[in-house]
Amino acid sequence: MEFTDKHVQGLKDLLYKMADDLLILGHRNSEWTGLGPILEEDIAFSSMAQDKVGQSLAIYEILNQLGESDPDTVAFTRNANQFHCSKLVELPIGEYDFSLVRHFFYDHADAIRFEMLATTVVEPLQMVAKKFKGEIKYHTMHADVWMKQLAEGSDESKMRIQNAINETFALALGMFEPSDFEAELQEAGIFDGEFVLREKWLNKVVPLLESFGYSVPDATTTIPEFGGRKGQHTEYLQPLLDEMTEVFAIDPGADW
Amino acid sequence: MKIVSLDPRVTRSNIDENTQEGVLHEKEHFQTYEVFEQKKRGTHHIHAGSVHAPSADLALVFAKEQYSRRGQCVNLWVVKTADIAATDYDDADIFETTSSKLYREPDAYKVMDRINAFKERQKSN
Repeated sequence: MEFTDKHVQGLKDLLYKMADDLLILGHRNSEWTGLGPILEEDIAFSSMAQDKVGQSLAIYEILNQLGESDPDTVAFTRNANQFHCSKLVELPIGEYDFSLVRHFFYDHADAIRFEMLATTVVEPLQMVAKKFKGEIKYHTMHADVWMKQLAEGSDESKMRIQNAINETFALALGMFEPSDFEAELQEAGIFDGEFVLREKWLNKVVPLLESFGYSVPDATTTIPEFGGRKGQHTEYLQPLLDEMTEVFAIDPGADW
Repeated sequence: MKIVSLDPRVTRSNIDENTQEGVLHEKEHFQTYEVFEQKKRGTHHIHAGSVHAPSADLALVFAKEQYSRRGQCVNLWVVKTADIAATDYDDADIFETTSSKLYREPDAYKVMDRINAFKERQKSN
């Protein structure tokens, strides 16, 4: 079918929130580089952070094909209120328990979103979804193994993860904030929408965490932390952007 | 007595020699796993190195990033380092050999590897 302006707007909105989530979480997770709990984990976590920044670039490139500015301009010259990332990804890294639980919640959502997009009518997006399948599979595997390991570790390790799950759950549900274009995206065969994604995600993460021995807050009574997708962010995003764009801002035209 | 170290930061910290702080007890530190990677189905797994990990599952997750990042790997094995039996270096003389019995050594296998690799190359050309 021919895309109307609304379809294109909806597609851009979808791409922006995906790319912004990846860029911001990639940047956040890279803050652990050199500080990870052990060398092996430091390398694995840093490497996944780089993967995320790489994936965001691929999606900014699709946006560029749709008429948006080039990836560097889009990534490095917008202010916080122009970002579509969820509040979950912009929060500071906190303790490792929070960072791991965020990684678990986010990466399962990311994996399912890309899985759903493997059959989208938007060809470049379909290709990106296929290209990163293996990378994302490793990210969820890494998160799952850690969740299981820490459930079986000590009372302290289990309690820390349980607390982080409780504190992060509303933020995680905030990832599925509906856009203004849900119907358009569905009717055009672009994306089945945030609600379907949220259900698939709950069906994945809740039984998985319960199988490790954790409890998960009730999704029907938890109020999601919305706002991020519409440019309303926490106080933590702008300082992150200031830091991330510091070098770029010195000489925006520099050739690397 | 204070600990004197080659690392000046340690010396500056004025740590008592008999301190119990920072002493790792059993289960407070990870064991090591040896990592073996297979580059192609059907070929041997080759020792790649080792990783610290609290379980075999995490050892596999770590091994993937440490040793097989740039493609060219289809399978990984990890084995607890403690589970590996080894010969003693004091017995290294058992490997010594005399030139008169070289014909009995399994060098022929190495030649076969080379011959097979050559055949593969011919086929793909």
